[in-house]
Amino acid sequence: MAALSDNVLITITVLAYLVAMLLHSADYAFGRQSHIAKAAVRERELVGAGGPPVVEKAGGFLIGQEIKPRAKLSMLQIALGATVLAGAAHLATVVTRALAAERMPWGNMYEFVLTVTLLGTLVWLAVAIVKPEVRHLGLFVVLVQVLLTGVAQIVLQKPIGPLVPALDSYWFVIHVASVATASALFLVGFAASLMYLLRSGYDKGKRGGLYPYGRLFANAETVERLSFRMHAFAFPIWTFGVTAGAIWAEAAWGRYWGWDPKETWAFISWIVYAGYLHARATPSISRRAAAWIAVIGWATMLMNLFGVNIFFEGLHSYGGV
Amino acid sequence: MSGVLAFLRNSWRQLTSMRTALTLLFLLAVAAIPGSVLPQRSVSAENVAGYFRVHPDLAPVLDRLGFFEVFAAPWFAAIYLLLFTSLVGCVVPRLADHVRALLRPPPAAPARFERLPFHTVVEDPETVNFKGWRKLKRELPDGTVTVSAEKGYLKETGNLLFHSSLLVILVGVGIGAQWGWHANRLLVQGPEQAFCNSLQQFDEYGLGPMVDPGDLPPFCLELTGFEASFLDNGIPKWFEAEVNGDRKFRVNHPLRLDGASVYLLGHGYAPILKYTDAAGKSQTTVSPFLPLDGMLTSEGVAAFPDANGSDKAKQMGFEGLYLPTAGMGRSNHPEERDPALMLMAYRGDLGLDVGISESVYQLNKEKLTRLGDAKMLKKGDTWTLDDGSKLEFLGTKQWITISIRHDPGEPIVLAGVALLLVGLPMSLYGKRRRVWLRLNPDGTAEAGGLPRTDYPGFEDEFKKVTQWPRSQTTS
Ligand code: HEM
Repeated sequence: MAALSDNVLITITVLAYLVAMLLHSADYAFGRQSHIAKAAVRERELVGAGGPPVVEKAGGFLIGQEIKPRAKLSMLQIALGATVLAGAAHLATVVTRALAAERMPWGNMYEFVLTVTLLGTLVWLAVAIVKPEVRHLGLFVVLVQVLLTGVAQIVLQKPIGPLVPALDSYWFVIHVASVATASALFLVGFAASLMYLLRSGYDKGKRGGLYPYGRLFANAETVERLSFRMHAFAFPIWTFGVTAGAIWAEAAWGRYWGWDPKETWAFISWIVYAGYLHARATPSISRRAAAWIAVIGWATMLMNLFGVNIFFEGLHSYGGV
Repeated sequence: MSGVLAFLRNSWRQLTSMRTALTLLFLLAVAAIPGSVLPQRSVSAENVAGYFRVHPDLAPVLDRLGFFEVFAAPWFAAIYLLLFTSLVGCVVPRLADHVRALLRPPPAAPARFERLPFHTVVEDPETVNFKGWRKLKRELPDGTVTVSAEKGYLKETGNLLFHSSLLVILVGVGIGAQWGWHANRLLVQGPEQAFCNSLQQFDEYGLGPMVDPGDLPPFCLELTGFEASFLDNGIPKWFEAEVNGDRKFRVNHPLRLDGASVYLLGHGYAPILKYTDAAGKSQTTVSPFLPLDGMLTSEGVAAFPDANGSDKAKQMGFEGLYLPTAGMGRSNHPEERDPALMLMAYRGDLGLDVGISESVYQLNKEKLTRLGDAKMLKKGDTWTLDDGSKLEFLGTKQWITISIRHDPGEPIVLAGVALLLVGLPMSLYGKRRRVWLRLNPDGTAEAGGLPRTDYPGFEDEFKKVTQWPRSQTTS
């Protein structure tokens, strides 16, 4: 079971995400007709005649053209299908690992990253089902998944071991489950913020760097709202997760907060996300500024997930790189 | 005078603005970063000392600026105190507004519903369902009847609760810092090593400024048992210590005493050594050896100051390694599968009575002479030295390191966090909205709706409220 999880299933998972990513890229490159058409129509409805020239250009070649419902599967749907398969392989990897270890699969960094990313995929698939108009976001989500699961397999993988006594606590289970869920939601929120930044930047006439891709994304307002929802959903869960960690730390080390590097970065992320929610609620602060704060927030989460375990020494080091 | 007042008023307005709150939040996040990058005294004093050795020029400057105690530094405190001042300045007026809003009936209907984001003609006013809304009916002189309804007060309530709970947490943390204390100690198994709670008995301690040593609760602890189990590769599976014969505690399950909690931090072995001098006088020591690695290869000393007729020049000291499972110069497993002691013998003045407390884990070799080569002893072995004196390795005892702590701020912080977790979702997911209904004297009726916060689902709710299917209201 361990060999199946650690050799076969994880490889299938990473490759399947890679395939999903390629399919998403192919959708951007060749399959654009369908969704650009939809986006253009939507925008014409929204913006009306006085819309910015950009929109006219994007939809220009489609004006007057009939958009028929297509019987064939679109590239986007195939990419989403590949993501579902990757998610299934991912789930199998985590479940077999847990069965082989006879415990929750959260004993070290490798297992933790796999769990967070799995939840990320599940959150993403739920969003993609409920909100078809943001499915293009999949490229970002799957890209992050390829990187994270790839790093997990190549750099972090460790043979199965038992939990060290310090991790043997039900607060640990609650803590990790909530932190992983919040991280997964933040991950999708981050992808949406990125997409919003590209799209709104494109709408404002930016053309350098990655901005031209912005034209391919769903309506800026839709992704911005999605991003806010993800963050607003994640923030209380994150708060709860950090609290559970503090309660556990009290039982394990005698203090609920000791400014260990991991705790410090959890605090930093919490403050930055509180800043995001404030910025989002302040009319005089632009949505783009708020989205940048969300991007910084995700950077602090990554710093905590990877940076702290790799660069700093602390009580949480038993997580083991 | 009025200029000064205006300036103060203006500064206060600045301080309590959302932009300032945001800036201070960011400053706080940035200020915390050096606390994770640089070693911190409160986390590891050794690492700070190490940093001083590696950066002898930079370290004193950083130290003066408080970078090795970021979370106690004045500039860090300045940021969060400003933030909390801003928070109070923000919350208090909003609290007053909110109380007023709660007492005041929902506002009168606007004159023209067409200006509202949602409005509709109501065919049958009987079907309008305001169940669960706060509402007020007004009858105007011209015979028009209006109903104002509002919902979602919980959003602001939650928000205020959430922000206030941050203050509760701050107070709890402050109380913990002032009235809390902790003490650490290494405790060897057996009644000889039992101790009672007084400061001299601790290896290290820290009392909050408001704690008097006499305030510590009275209790005595004796380590009566310790059990550990390990995997074959040496990874620990489980440890448990037992004190006073019946109270067990382990990692994640501290011993809760009245007024303090005891935490199990570490454990190791203390070899029992019996030294018999040439005159036949013997002395036995139990010396805790400190682990060097996960396999409990441990290092320590045994000192016999009273050996050889208490002649200071002929005191005896031994220094070396204890290997629970003997391997090549290190232990192969943390369990005592094949215990061995590798010792070096020294004779001379141990320097124990110089006044400065010497480390009990190292010999001061200044006035000591080494006697020959290191010797490997198995349990029960006797080592006969050059003068006919003997050292016997009788066995080992277990020891544990414990931390005893008390933080009276904890329940306050926990209560604050609980309030925060209640208020936060209320605030984030609550939605304020108003709906008005007007019954005109001519028999027509109309309704208007205003979502006061970002609320995409309002349209559906508005439809539901204003065009409630008759079948459901007749019941
Ligand atoms: C310790 C510092 C603070 C933290 C951690 C914090 C955190 C938060 C969080 C997480 C939210 C989102 C919840 C929500 O949207 O209702 C929020 C909302 C809010 N905060 Fe703060 N806050 C702090 C200080 C302040 C200060 C100083 C002010 C006043 C200037 C303020 C005013 C507000 C307001 C008005 C909202 C509601 C925004 C909305 O309309 O949704 N906060 N705060």
